[in-house]
Amino acid sequence: MSNHDKIYSTKLQNNLERSTVLLFVLIALAVSVAGIVEIVPLFYLDSTMTHLSPNVKESQKNAGDTAPIVWNRKPGQSLDDWKPGDGVRPYKPLELAGREVYIREGCYLCHSQMIRPFRDEKDRYGHYSVSSESMYDHPFQWGSKRTGPDLARVGGKYSDEWHRRHLRYPREVVPESVMPNFFWLENTKVDAGNVADTMKVMRKMPFYPSPYTDADIASAKDAVDGKTELDAVIAYLQGLGNQIKFTEGVNYRD
Amino acid sequence: MEATQAIPVKYDMDVVRWFTIMAAIYLVVGTSIGVYIASELAWPFLNFDIPYITFGRLRPLHTNSVIFAFGGCTLMATGYYIVQRTGATKLWNNGLAWFTFWGWNLIIVLAVITLPLGMTQGKEYAELEWPIDILIALVWVAFGLNYIMTVAIRKSSHIYVSNWFFMSMIIMITYLHVVNSLAIPVSLTKSYSIYSGVQDAMIQWWWGHNAVGFYLTAGFLGIMYYFVPKQANRPVYSYRLSVLHFWALTFGYVWLGAHHLQYTALPDWTGSLGAAISLAMIIPSWGGAMNGMMTLSGAWDRLRTDYILRFLVVSLAFYAMSTFEGPVMSIKTVNALSHYTDWTIGHVHSGALGWVAMVSVGAIYHMMKKLWKTEMYSDSLVNVHFWLATIGTVVYVVAMWVSGIMQGLMWRDYDEYGALTYTFVESVSAMHPYYAMRVVGGVIFNLGAWIMLFNVVMTVRQASTAHGTNAVPAKA
Repeated sequence: MSNHDKIYSTKLQNNLERSTVLLFVLIALAVSVAGIVEIVPLFYLDSTMTHLSPNVKESQKNAGDTAPIVWNRKPGQSLDDWKPGDGVRPYKPLELAGREVYIREGCYLCHSQMIRPFRDEKDRYGHYSVSSESMYDHPFQWGSKRTGPDLARVGGKYSDEWHRRHLRYPREVVPESVMPNFFWLENTKVDAGNVADTMKVMRKMPFYPSPYTDADIASAKDAVDGKTELDAVIAYLQGLGNQIKFTEGVNYRD
Repeated sequence: MEATQAIPVKYDMDVVRWFTIMAAIYLVVGTSIGVYIASELAWPFLNFDIPYITFGRLRPLHTNSVIFAFGGCTLMATGYYIVQRTGATKLWNNGLAWFTFWGWNLIIVLAVITLPLGMTQGKEYAELEWPIDILIALVWVAFGLNYIMTVAIRKSSHIYVSNWFFMSMIIMITYLHVVNSLAIPVSLTKSYSIYSGVQDAMIQWWWGHNAVGFYLTAGFLGIMYYFVPKQANRPVYSYRLSVLHFWALTFGYVWLGAHHLQYTALPDWTGSLGAAISLAMIIPSWGGAMNGMMTLSGAWDRLRTDYILRFLVVSLAFYAMSTFEGPVMSIKTVNALSHYTDWTIGHVHSGALGWVAMVSVGAIYHMMKKLWKTEMYSDSLVNVHFWLATIGTVVYVVAMWVSGIMQGLMWRDYDEYGALTYTFVESVSAMHPYYAMRVVGGVIFNLGAWIMLFNVVMTVRQASTAHGTNAVPAKA
């Protein structure tokens, strides 16, 4: 056996190796640094969010662009008063129900919702995604894999009827597709109570809560009445990516 | 006589035996689900219009069963084994160890039930819903407490290097799991992350990459530092290298998550910082791989006869390869091509199959002999398993490299008129042969896992006959 008093590395390492407490504390400190440097600033640096970024504001001003990034809702307006281009808004009740199905079925495992600033992605999917577009997304749905195409700007690209046929039997519309059939989503009706509860949770979020009014939540019952899960998914998809009116020449990313 | 001395009665090894057997079972389960979902992508009729087995619901079950069921049981088996033997002491609390055994397996059963039902938080590798998340936190902290307290009551003066790695895993995973899983429930089976958009993305990949970095790397390096020297019967090549590479890895790995979000709406500074540190991580990662490999100096000839050592050495080769590939993929120009493609899937599996599974399998075979005081039922089946695992991994990874790079190139290709050459769906149909090839690689690897399970079961039976006792005493 080796000599226990001999120090084989540094004095510090020697002490650490002999003390469970010291080793524990130093490891705990060492692994904390990166999170503090990389994550914490994202919660307070204005430049993180498109609608708060001074550089984006400056760039919009120079281009004479007055389009809002986030919807500036006036008192008395309902979610249905929003028009495409008015800026990022919280999800409507039926969309929120569709989003729940989207997450439940693991759609995000094959479809990204994050367009990168490349020429081919612009041609294929549209304007690159910006951070404020997913500010109401608890959790984010950027995805990590494109087994199927990106969906960040799929809203309005196809008709509701196309989506219905495609979601029911994808290979009927796109023969090469490897997506599962989802016709069975038509068999389940959206639960209005659950949608209202979800809206209340989204309103309670500590970070980027959805600014729903009591009237919005009360409207959920009528909005989803008689709708199936398939209708809800279509509503969700049709609302993706058309919220901000992007102006040529504005730099939306810092 | 020597066999009986190998495991002095003072150690608490029953719980280790059970975790070892469960690891062998879960490797079969996890890779079988993997083969099935890979087949769904090659032949979509296999979804059979049954909601519970569609790709979107089974994929989280695949990742959870290989990472948490197989990986978790391996880590707890080897952890409890190493911490006792390196400290020459019993577990701090054997009852608590049994709590972690039943708790962890309950979590796995709950995952098998809830994930196919579509109950998910929708965050990759952290899909399980909030009540299960709380249970995970409890069991994990119990494991951590038991581990660290056992380190504290050790009889040796120094804490052995394997335990440093296990401790860093325990601390970091606690931290990651708690922060990333914070959510507000709508009901018992549905909750939503308190974070959104860009912050959620960064926290998710801080979790996602460190599940790889600490759970699947630090923990398994702890395994490597114990079982490679033991199996080779040589001391660790360099103590100083292990000190350096431990601290560099513990401090550095945490920064890498941001490289999963290159060119996204994450601020540029964060992605670039993540990529810079990723590149630097080649050094500590290769430090570890070299330290393991060089431990064999003077014992290389044993690779001809020692099949268990083969698993350990090949795992280090895959570890070195993936920890070179990873930093390369984090470079922005490479990432622009590789991101969103199957290349990432290939990279993950060269790490998961080639490194994590191989080093685990080597450790499991090594422990089998010690725990049941016997030889393996069949050494030639160990050798067959070795070749199936190696060939299966290579076939899988090569298929995904080719398909990934091809996808990336097809998506960005322009024709002479300046229009996109391929529609998206043309890239999907071009993937078909590679998706089929992946299934073949997966089946080969999976076959090896079945052979290991058979060999493990037969070894236990052989041992119980030989010793005339129930080798796995029922724990009432």
